[in-house]
Amino acid sequence: MGAFLRDQWWVVAIFIATLVPLVRRFASAGVMEGLRTLDRRWIFLLMLWSVLLPIYFIGVTGRTFPEVPSALARATFDEIDRLAPGDPVLLSFDYDPASEGELQPMATAFVKHCAEKKLKMYFMALWPVGPQMVQNTVDRVIRADYPNLVYGEDYVNLGYKSGYEAVIRVITTNIRELYTTDARGTAIQDIPMMKGITSVQQMKLIINVSAGYPGVKEWVQYGATPYPAVHLIAGTTGVQAPLVYPYVPRQLRGLLGAIKGAAEYEKLVIDTYGGPNPDPKYLEGLRRMGPQLVAHMLIIMLIIVANVLYFTEKRAARRPSTGSGRPERAEGR
Amino acid sequence: MNRDQLIWIVLFAVGAAALLGRAVLTEQGMGREYIRQTVTPAGGTEFLPATYGDYVRAEQAQPGQTEYRFSRARTIGLWLAAFFTLAVFSFLYSDNPFYKVAESVLVGVSAGYWMVVGFWDVLVPNLIGRLWPSMVQAWAMPGLAGAEAQRNLWYIVPLVLGVMLLWRLAPRGTWIARWPLSFIVGTFAGLQLIGFLHGDFLAQIRNTILPLAVFEAGAFDFWASVRNLLIVGGVLCAVTYFFFSFEHKGAVGRVAKVGIWFLMITFGAAFGYTVMGRIALLAIRIEFLLDDWLWLIDPSRRRAVSMLLQGIWG
Amino acid sequence: MKRTVPLLITAVVGFTLIGAYFVPYTQSWGETVAIWFDVLAAIAFILGGGNLLRSHLKKISDQQRGWAYSIIVLASFLGTLFVGLGKIGVAPSPQFLEYSWSGPYRQTGSAFWYFYQYAFQPLTSTIFALLAFYIASAAFRAFRAKNLEAILLLATAFIVLLGRTFAGVALTGWIDPANWEGFRHFTGLRLENLTVYIMAVFNTAGNRAIMIGIALGIVATSLKILIGVDRSYLGKD
Repeated sequence: MGAFLRDQWWVVAIFIATLVPLVRRFASAGVMEGLRTLDRRWIFLLMLWSVLLPIYFIGVTGRTFPEVPSALARATFDEIDRLAPGDPVLLSFDYDPASEGELQPMATAFVKHCAEKKLKMYFMALWPVGPQMVQNTVDRVIRADYPNLVYGEDYVNLGYKSGYEAVIRVITTNIRELYTTDARGTAIQDIPMMKGITSVQQMKLIINVSAGYPGVKEWVQYGATPYPAVHLIAGTTGVQAPLVYPYVPRQLRGLLGAIKGAAEYEKLVIDTYGGPNPDPKYLEGLRRMGPQLVAHMLIIMLIIVANVLYFTEKRAARRPSTGSGRPERAEGR
Repeated sequence: MNRDQLIWIVLFAVGAAALLGRAVLTEQGMGREYIRQTVTPAGGTEFLPATYGDYVRAEQAQPGQTEYRFSRARTIGLWLAAFFTLAVFSFLYSDNPFYKVAESVLVGVSAGYWMVVGFWDVLVPNLIGRLWPSMVQAWAMPGLAGAEAQRNLWYIVPLVLGVMLLWRLAPRGTWIARWPLSFIVGTFAGLQLIGFLHGDFLAQIRNTILPLAVFEAGAFDFWASVRNLLIVGGVLCAVTYFFFSFEHKGAVGRVAKVGIWFLMITFGAAFGYTVMGRIALLAIRIEFLLDDWLWLIDPSRRRAVSMLLQGIWG
Repeated sequence: MKRTVPLLITAVVGFTLIGAYFVPYTQSWGETVAIWFDVLAAIAFILGGGNLLRSHLKKISDQQRGWAYSIIVLASFLGTLFVGLGKIGVAPSPQFLEYSWSGPYRQTGSAFWYFYQYAFQPLTSTIFALLAFYIASAAFRAFRAKNLEAILLLATAFIVLLGRTFAGVALTGWIDPANWEGFRHFTGLRLENLTVYIMAVFNTAGNRAIMIGIALGIVATSLKILIGVDRSYLGKD
């Protein structure tokens, strides 16, 4: 850390320079008064530094925090690991660039795991931008590291269909009526791996990467619950994850929640299949845990400081007629 | 000139100077995109994304090679993306024309994107391709053949309903759009009635039926029993809280209060997870600025010239 | 007539889908209804685009405040439409080189891909990245431990925020049987384990209750719509 601070002195200098006006303000007005009238743009600046500095530190030093996978991440891993080579797996990428930060590491790790297990991957999407996310992941993982996998025989991108949960409703009984071609426009009957596939019930596992609606909830309601033989695992955003815990484990066999879930799953995949020097693109989630930690500490600190301010003002207001009187609300935009 | 304007000017001047210095004066520079020209099996040309590291290695192996090239179009695109990112972040300081321009571009491009996707992914294969397969086959989908390419005149129904839906844009006769809207509402109602009843009601009751005294290999497992008791008790108490047909007084009131406590813990956990989610979204944008644009960090080793993994630090 | 036919359509469509679940013979009817719905959903995108065009053209023609930005909206909208529908820069599919329209419209390197990669993607991601700042501001402004319920909420939030990062591991890593044998019974109090317990027990129970409540509400509303009691979606006559 000392060596980092010495060599990256200019980053430290900029950091200190941006906070000098805030310090001067506290020095002149007093800490309590300064906090009471704190402009929220200072909080924005603190949040920016709490994410930027760890990313810069981790990017320069390459150090990440250790991860111990939880039981749920392990259950998700085991659901894919138990499959045999050649088993068909449906991967539904139901997210867009807005959630890429949390979900792309999961998607990358899922595809790597499936490629290592030599599973037949059927990609689809319920979001319009989903096929672009599929394409990006396929380019990053399959075309880069598994060039021996052939499109149409080992993996296929069926593409997007509008209709939200109605799409799931149709493909669980008849996929060929809706998907007459793949995302590239090739007719379904010309794709070797689509021979004999008439519905999603033939898939050994459904892997869903979900950012909202339609997503994992719809897959549980229309895909997994009516057909208990179909196994479903999912990676979801932090907002959605707590809402789908009630489905675990009967309807949803495995769940990766937010970037922490992604980091745990990445750890399992690279420990098993990453080799001695895993490619850094499979460590994205692990790298993002650094800014998570610092930003979480900032949020906790802000809540504590705000509550200290609140209780101090409350006590001052209860004191009889000495002091400044009524507490004022914090000023700001 | 007031303080805000002065801050904007200083930020612009310092920022522009820093960017110029980084792009021109440093050895590696910043913000450049490279492509790799390949020949497809059918004989056409394809441009795949490539990294600066690939380019330098190719140049070292064979100076003057043309397979790996600097891409002006994609570099301009990269700087455009960086400009848009900074324009949106500038809203945090104050609303300004750059943000408004970025927001306008986003609205326009998103709407256009969704329309294009709807047309090529759904309307062409699933509507036009069903009513006029030979035309679609001759134009955009030459591979369309066999059972999936048979004309199906029933698809006139969604075509007619679709035209009626578009009637909403007309100045008069907006009642015509009621037919397709009823179709849409009926579909959602029909799907959700079963989906929610099965997956969210019956299945959740089933999931809550847990043994309150757990025996593991003949021995009483205390902590597993407590866990199940908490889940069953928690669900019942929280459901009692939502039951407003009885007044929450006396025993019912006390049970509802316990239910509120369970719900507060639920909301606290939701807040924690929401914070976690939001921060990751910011992290990826900062990574874009520092890695893809400014070339200040290289965690994926895309600009590492040597293929050997060097110790980056020390 | 203006209201009867729509009500009938709603009922027929809805009950066909419900019947298809239970009567195997009618399964294909349910599939048909669902596919027609999918096509209508795509046409709804065109409706959305048309609405955008209409409202921004009106803003420009009325010279309302900020109408210059409407020009930018329309220019980017029409530009995206043009390159996307026209498949500008898309090479034909390798198997059908003579069909110039046969390539995938999202092909990497095409103009539509360029619009996605360098405008849509950075803008969408950054707009959502702003939320991280607002959540920090909200944490400072809004979260006050005023009563027991608020304290429960904040305490749980603290445990989850710490437990889902390395901070939790570091803070309670000393609860280790290797340090003292007695700790074996208290490893559940380690922040990361406590977080998992909170999610699997308390959060599951709370969300399950909410889910059950919402499910009943949706079932009631859907039934009211299907049998025609709730006609609000038809609007005013």
